[in-house]
Amino acid sequence: MQTSFSPLSTPHLPRSILRSNSNLRSCAIRKEALGFHWLAELRNRESRRIRIVSRKPRTRNQAVISASASASASGVDNGSGAPTSFDYDLVIIGAGVGGHGAALHAVENGLKTAIVEGDVMGGTCVNRGCVPSKALLAVSGRMRELRDEHHMKALGLQVAAAGYDRQAVADHANNLASKIRGNLTNSLKALGVDILTGFGTIVGPQKVKYGKVGFSDNVITAKDIIIATGSVPFVPKGIEVDGKTVITSDHALKLEFVPDWIAIVGSGYIGLEFSDVYTALGSEVTFIEALDQLMPGFDPEIGKLAQRVLINPRKIDFHTGVFATKITPAKDGKPVIIELTDAKTKEPKDTLEVDAALIATGRAPFTKGLGLENINVETQRGFVPVDERMRVIDADGNLVPHLYCIGDANGKLMLAHAASAQGISVVEQLTGKDHVLNHLSIPAACFTHPEISMVGLTEPQAKEKAKREGFEISIAKTSFKANTKALAENEGEGLAKLIYRPDNGEILGVHIFGMHAADLIHEASNAIALGTRVQDIKFAVHAHPTLSEVLDELYKSAKVNSNASRPDSKPVAV
Amino acid sequence: MSHSHLLHTSFIPTAPPSLRRRLGGSAPTPRPHQIQSKIREIFMPALSSTMTEGKIVSWIKSEGDKLAKGESVVVVESDKADMDVESFYDGYLAAIFVDEGLSAAVGSTIALLAESEDEIALAQSQKTSSSGAVSAPPANNNDAPKVLDEMPSPVATAATPAVQASVGILGSSAHPASEGGKRVVASPYAKKLAKELGVDLRGVVGSGPNGRVVAKDVEAAVAAVKVSSGGATVVASEPAKPSGVELGSVVPFTTMQSAVSRNMLESLAVPTFRVGYTITTDALDALYKKNMKSVEQDIILQLLYPMSLDREMLFAPFFKLRLFNQSYYLQNSFQIKSKGVTMTALLAKATALALVKHPAVNSSCRDGKSFTYNSHINVAVAVAIDGGLITPVLQDADKIDIYSLSRKWKELVDKARAKQLQPNEYTTGTFTLSNLGMFGVDRFDAILPPGTGAIMAVGASQPTVVGTKDGRIGMKTQMQVNVTADHRVIYGADLAAFLQTLAKIIEDPKDLTL
Repeated sequence: MQTSFSPLSTPHLPRSILRSNSNLRSCAIRKEALGFHWLAELRNRESRRIRIVSRKPRTRNQAVISASASASASGVDNGSGAPTSFDYDLVIIGAGVGGHGAALHAVENGLKTAIVEGDVMGGTCVNRGCVPSKALLAVSGRMRELRDEHHMKALGLQVAAAGYDRQAVADHANNLASKIRGNLTNSLKALGVDILTGFGTIVGPQKVKYGKVGFSDNVITAKDIIIATGSVPFVPKGIEVDGKTVITSDHALKLEFVPDWIAIVGSGYIGLEFSDVYTALGSEVTFIEALDQLMPGFDPEIGKLAQRVLINPRKIDFHTGVFATKITPAKDGKPVIIELTDAKTKEPKDTLEVDAALIATGRAPFTKGLGLENINVETQRGFVPVDERMRVIDADGNLVPHLYCIGDANGKLMLAHAASAQGISVVEQLTGKDHVLNHLSIPAACFTHPEISMVGLTEPQAKEKAKREGFEISIAKTSFKANTKALAENEGEGLAKLIYRPDNGEILGVHIFGMHAADLIHEASNAIALGTRVQDIKFAVHAHPTLSEVLDELYKSAKVNSNASRPDSKPVAV
Repeated sequence: MSHSHLLHTSFIPTAPPSLRRRLGGSAPTPRPHQIQSKIREIFMPALSSTMTEGKIVSWIKSEGDKLAKGESVVVVESDKADMDVESFYDGYLAAIFVDEGLSAAVGSTIALLAESEDEIALAQSQKTSSSGAVSAPPANNNDAPKVLDEMPSPVATAATPAVQASVGILGSSAHPASEGGKRVVASPYAKKLAKELGVDLRGVVGSGPNGRVVAKDVEAAVAAVKVSSGGATVVASEPAKPSGVELGSVVPFTTMQSAVSRNMLESLAVPTFRVGYTITTDALDALYKKNMKSVEQDIILQLLYPMSLDREMLFAPFFKLRLFNQSYYLQNSFQIKSKGVTMTALLAKATALALVKHPAVNSSCRDGKSFTYNSHINVAVAVAIDGGLITPVLQDADKIDIYSLSRKWKELVDKARAKQLQPNEYTTGTFTLSNLGMFGVDRFDAILPPGTGAIMAVGASQPTVVGTKDGRIGMKTQMQVNVTADHRVIYGADLAAFLQTLAKIIEDPKDLTL
């Protein structure tokens, strides 16, 4: 249920935190701890915006011609040392969403590109993450609605008892994944990107070997290499995953069975989305969270409201401040046994007996076998160290020329669309245009019912930044209860929250909990990406009646000092 | 009005203050809060400029919970949104003035915050004394006090000795699943439900995997009690709300009704049989009248609301019709002070005394293999409440004197109305009484509540023309009772003997008032 995130349930995998705190299991998305990492980067550099390019489909021939024209040379050089001529301008290792985004943009920019994939095309997002999870959530959303008698009655609808066919639901998810995988593969082929099958290994500077394990390897050379190998579910020590009763998101998405009672370890995005699916399908859920509160990655106010809507009224209970130190799969008629240990005192606290356990404690980078040792790069807890331009840093702290790493493998922000944005940023640099991605403008969403979305800083993060840099922040809030469209849908539960600077109108963060929040956030993320100020965007017109008016009201209710600068845009008569 | 307040505070000293407040809703004069320095009021905040009153969506904290400054206490719905209201101080939430679902004007006190744990009681006493000040919104009508007044059970109360509080684990009705283990394994929903319904999970037998308690077990535990007289309920509640039902609509069961349905089906697995008996009640009637008479001078005429039937549907006193020829409503409107008995108590007492002599009829069959002879005689009496049925239990009815039993009954009914019965007050019955006599029903049969051995359906006591032994025709007041029992543990001869004993006790009731 990586939602739109690539695997990691966490918007940004806190490397600093991971190092200091072995508590990865908590899915501890401490944006607080991380946000400043980006901020630090941003303060020193003027962040350039991602150039928005239209991806014109080309014919294969055109693509090939332009690609080969730009390739520096051809011919394989198997000798040691950096080659002087290259098979490709760009080789991307890993055909997930990040690699795909990079490849498309590379072709757009005339680079001869190959993509190496050892598993299925599409990576985690398409096969084991965002995509199939959306299929399950689409089902759960409808089930929930149909079973909500009160809701139906309020709309005047009468529905007989709703039921579901597990296998058909599972098939829907699987079919969707196949379809998206096909689309993705075809789009690459159509553009003339060479798809090289096998696991890719870096054997030296600008040199990649690929091939199925045990078969003869092919070695190719590339002017530049992007590592985009993604991540796999992280399973803490002591937990035995059998794929049947103790599972990760990989298994859960196949929906092979719907347990009566499932414990979900980790209450981040993945856990939360699966709780939505499972409870809608009739399971009861117990959350196990290492931190003291559920949904630790969210703005506290949003988290509180979300808990009131997504947890409390549902068949869910939870244990916070505990580690699941040992989980034994069900066997010989015994249930799944989970041993809980107090996160602070390390004392055994409780034992749970459940029908299944889903491990949603975050994701670990998939960087083994990449051959990083051949180029003197050491991973940090598996992550490939990179600078703000995604350039790989070697063990001595120097940049490795022509080598980049994007997506979950670098751990900066483990979301599918972040990987893609990073890939585009790298390609921009390859074509001679310096580019630094503003991670604070990358939205994140959790596709529960209703949805949660966010961009930028949370309130505590903003407060801290304000304190450090000496400015004031203000908060504006609007409720979905005041929105006509939401009321028409009988979905008035929800809140939008804007964190901004009253002195200059800068938008620091926007958080939405409510119907279609994931779709609504982009108005705010675009504003942040483009540097639009509150005092400007409040004049933008929103269609009535739409949910987008929630944001309209939000901007309008913000109070920016009157002396804040207005843009120098001139009115244009049409 | 004050008498009810008095009555409850004096005779259920252990009742939670929340109960007292409810009951004391009719407290004479609203007194202003006397706020001590260390007890602070929590006011209804103004969440928007247009807000004049706010509705309490939910209390996040319960009375007695510790609060940290900045922690959310309550969710308030304003005209625009639901908002958390945070505490400005550390302390304990001592008393809640405005319950969930009710509204209060901006600035009015909705709760008290005590600084230390010791002050909670103090704050609660303030609450009790000031509860009259709380204005309930018209929508909700806060009918608790009204219910009290309408309480149909003819209650006799006395300022005499406090009821011997015989609470605790009684009989073997409580069936701890986890006596051996220290913990109860219950699913998340089962836990939630148990909390909502006030069921102690330790007393619930789990039917889930590995003996886990699941939601339906909790529902069953509740329904086991509420269902008692299954068939009778339906009869009784039908006429109750003739207008509340939308014709042509299909109304799904509530959780409780589903549980009732399930339990009814479950009861089909029990091989029951029925034995009826006609009992002459002239003597009992006279006894009741005598006791009534002694208190009639003290009877205070309560507010004589023309009450609707559903409020009235209490399976309690079955002589009302006869006693007060015009209307049994009238009788219910009297609150009886000092020494007095209720017919329900008389009947329960008589039944209990008969059960003493026939332990088999007080037994049950738990596992299909054995008799469970209950150590206590706990007579459950079915009471119809809004949208359902509950069976408050007169515990140790054989041992407690009739006056205490009467008061106890009154207390239980009040609690039932206020939905504040504790599990041990409605789950511990070993024998059930169900009475439809006040509707003029002369006989019916009841469905056996799961987990018990027998239930007795009591019909109306009516003047009947009978032939006497000396060959003459005479008038006697008679009622028919009909016992449904589990034939695995209770046999025909057992019931027959029990009914004979019961008839003897009722026909010569002097022992009842001992």
